[in-house]
Amino acid sequence: MRAALIVNNVPRDISVPPMKRLLDVLREDLHLTGTKEGCGEGECGACSVIVDGLVINSCLVPVCQVNGSTVLTVEGLASDGRLNPLQQAFLECGGAQCGICTPGMLIAARALLDQNAAPTREDIKEAIAGNLCRCTGYVKIIDAIEQAALATET
Amino acid sequence: MPNFRGFMAVGQNVLRKEGHAKLTGEARYIDDITVDGMLFGKTIRSTVPRGRIRSIELDPTYDWSRIVVADHRDIPGANYVALIENDQPLLVESEVYHCYEPILLIAAETKDLVEEAARHVRIDYEELSPVLTIEDSLACVETLHGTDNVFKRFLIGRGDIDRGFAAADRIVEGEYRVPHQEQLYIEPQGMIAIPGENEMTVMGSMQCPYYVHKALKQLFNLSDENAIVIQTTTGGGFGGKEEYPSTIAAHAALLARKAGRPVKIIYDRAEDIASTTKRHPGVVRHRTGVTRNGRLTASEIDIVLDGGAYITLTPVVLSRGAIHALGPYRCDNVRIIARAVYTNTPPNGAFRGFGAPQVAFAYEMQMERIAAELGIEPLELRRINLLREGDITATGQRLSWSVGSEDVLNAAVGRSRYEEKKRDIEAENAMGIACRRRGIGLSFFFHGAGFTGGGEAKMKAQAGLEITAEGRARVLSGSTEIGQGTRTIFCQIVADELGIGFDDVEIEEPDTSRVPDSGPTVASRTTMVVGRVVQFAAREAKEKLTSFVAERFGMPEAKLVEGEFVANGKALAGFQEMAREYIAQRGELKAFARYASPPGIDWDDDAYSGDAYPVYSWGADVAEVEVDMDTFEVTCTRITTAQDIGRAIHPVLAAGQIEGGTLQAVGYGLLEELVWDRGRIVNNRLTNYIIPTSLDAPDMETLIVEKQYPHGPFGAKGVGELPMDGAAPAIAAAVFSATGAFVGEIPITPERLQLAIEKLEPQINTDGHR
Repeated sequence: MRAALIVNNVPRDISVPPMKRLLDVLREDLHLTGTKEGCGEGECGACSVIVDGLVINSCLVPVCQVNGSTVLTVEGLASDGRLNPLQQAFLECGGAQCGICTPGMLIAARALLDQNAAPTREDIKEAIAGNLCRCTGYVKIIDAIEQAALATET
Repeated sequence: MPNFRGFMAVGQNVLRKEGHAKLTGEARYIDDITVDGMLFGKTIRSTVPRGRIRSIELDPTYDWSRIVVADHRDIPGANYVALIENDQPLLVESEVYHCYEPILLIAAETKDLVEEAARHVRIDYEELSPVLTIEDSLACVETLHGTDNVFKRFLIGRGDIDRGFAAADRIVEGEYRVPHQEQLYIEPQGMIAIPGENEMTVMGSMQCPYYVHKALKQLFNLSDENAIVIQTTTGGGFGGKEEYPSTIAAHAALLARKAGRPVKIIYDRAEDIASTTKRHPGVVRHRTGVTRNGRLTASEIDIVLDGGAYITLTPVVLSRGAIHALGPYRCDNVRIIARAVYTNTPPNGAFRGFGAPQVAFAYEMQMERIAAELGIEPLELRRINLLREGDITATGQRLSWSVGSEDVLNAAVGRSRYEEKKRDIEAENAMGIACRRRGIGLSFFFHGAGFTGGGEAKMKAQAGLEITAEGRARVLSGSTEIGQGTRTIFCQIVADELGIGFDDVEIEEPDTSRVPDSGPTVASRTTMVVGRVVQFAAREAKEKLTSFVAERFGMPEAKLVEGEFVANGKALAGFQEMAREYIAQRGELKAFARYASPPGIDWDDDAYSGDAYPVYSWGADVAEVEVDMDTFEVTCTRITTAQDIGRAIHPVLAAGQIEGGTLQAVGYGLLEELVWDRGRIVNNRLTNYIIPTSLDAPDMETLIVEKQYPHGPFGAKGVGELPMDGAAPAIAAAVFSATGAFVGEIPITPERLQLAIEKLEPQINTDGHR
């Protein structure tokens, strides 16, 4: 099928099998390899992207289901190589260690902050509960999201 | 916070070197890399725990012309993966010793095609009776290794055990069981092999490029130069990418060699959990003599670990377990017997802690049991027996420096308000009516950093420092970044040793054709051991540069301070300018150094006694839990941890290690359990092998205690593994405080806790708590 997507503000028009996973379309057809595969069954959240404002696991979504949608991936967060406040907060707080969950974590955090500009730590825990991290114990990820929320507020 | 541009980087929370790439999605992990002409490889594995291959049939109706097939006959060298005993074949020849053992390799143009082809391979086995448990192995139900199924044994003896028991007022016995644990790095394992005319290049996710290098050289008869191993950005390791990557690398290389094209192998999660190594399960028995006021007089400990079907790293895991088995306590009469046994299960291997978390759960639960039997507060029992500076360990090592034992215990207890909370909780639980009960417990632990015994002295880890033509310093080391901060910390050490800015230091990619062998990235050794070697290399480079500058300006000597060469208090020239000038005039400036043990460190490998590690790190955890008395679910609500790691080169990274390791240990204690069925893993998926999410994570407070180690870089000790040792026993102690039920086996699942509670007085069981 022809699929039309707006990915990171850029319209993309591609020819793909309709049941191809959005994750594979992003990684293979659009060469956006920032979105990762950790389990392939929607448990780890490493493949999280925002589709029309909602966080989804891109490993569970066939591309035909999101034809015409707007997609945000980790590559869409920084502008001209400059980190956005959320990325900067992750860097400063130690929210990224091995980095493999980081793209999905940033996307989940971004979706939270879009909905709730001043989340509590409990809100943050809830928002990233679908994103597994094995390195950090989550403490510094939560710190980073908190710091980013404060930075954006002021 | 602006990017740190100043000097004196050690102790500062500088921004991690590869942080930007990881935050933008630019960092390339192995599955993000595509090589022209690349095929996709897949491993066909055994489906029986023990048997003999009768036949391997490639479906004759299927078109195999598009598929590359390789088996053990394609290996040019000997068919083993080089490690300690070289007993593990790269591919099965005829005998199968565990499920998921690699037998056949296939590769094709696309992932779909290789998956399709895999469905057309049929392997027929003559099944043989397997040994699947420690008990069956010890009983020699089948004898599959040597005469008794024992891979390795260690005996540690000190003092007179009989006299020790004779001096005891009481003898306390306990048996403790610990399970397999999966590392569960979020990036599954993977490799790409690229065949050249004479050389073979392999890149991928790994902790130890030189392990892979050694394995490839042997399997493919390659020279040092012709085996090239490159670590790509690695999405977590925790020990799981210590030894297994050698196998995947060689599988990819074998297919690549046969195809004459690059081959990529990426495991999916199910294959990764099923076939790669895990933490050794074990049974630990303690028999302890104590005086009525709580002094340990004798300690007899029996450890049995399940090694799986091949030896791999088991002897070293067992050794660390044996050495740590008594815990951080004083006891003059000790006998520790440690054995690792054969079973027809996938080989167990390295996982953060490496034998220590297993024995730590046992020794800390034994302390809880002793405290309960004597009626002494557990904290008091620890205080009576803990090792202090000048004391002697189970292997006869006198602790002469950097002993933060009391400091961590006091810090964790003080900050958590342990004593006050425990009194409140005991009063609350004495009423015995709540359906949700609170509990609090502590643990106290230590961890030897670096290789055990004479390992580091034998290894003589190497690292180097290069001054580049651009006037920058570049670290040359085979130590890898796996998220823990190697790249950043080495650069901090070099910046301060040279006296230049952190931003003027960079690090070479871990590529065996460009960096020396610094030893594996394991054993909490990267900062403490390799960091020290990096520091020495930098010192040597600095000496070359400063004497060049002194000569250049006609001065007797010059110093490098904050990026400027100075003599007699006068600035002579900048670092970059002089570095460029040196290279232009004299050519390459590279300095290398090797590790040498600190003075006075002495280990006797035959007697298994002496200085097992040059220094120890120390930790104490206080865990708070809530137990639902209807469902028996345990929630860990808070952990306060204090850890003495020597100088924290980077406090945020160090705290990150402590928090991450602590949460893995919470998973170990409460959640993580593999379910086996005749040698197969039933739950090899993230849907049913449960690791902690953000909602399972307790609130954590981390206190870093810095008892400087005189022979570490800027006083640093090891930090990576220590945090894995403490949380599981602290949680079990808290569950005991909440329920009165003593659970000697982890994970403490609701089922296990229910059984333990039902064994208590009848009025507590089932709905009786109301």
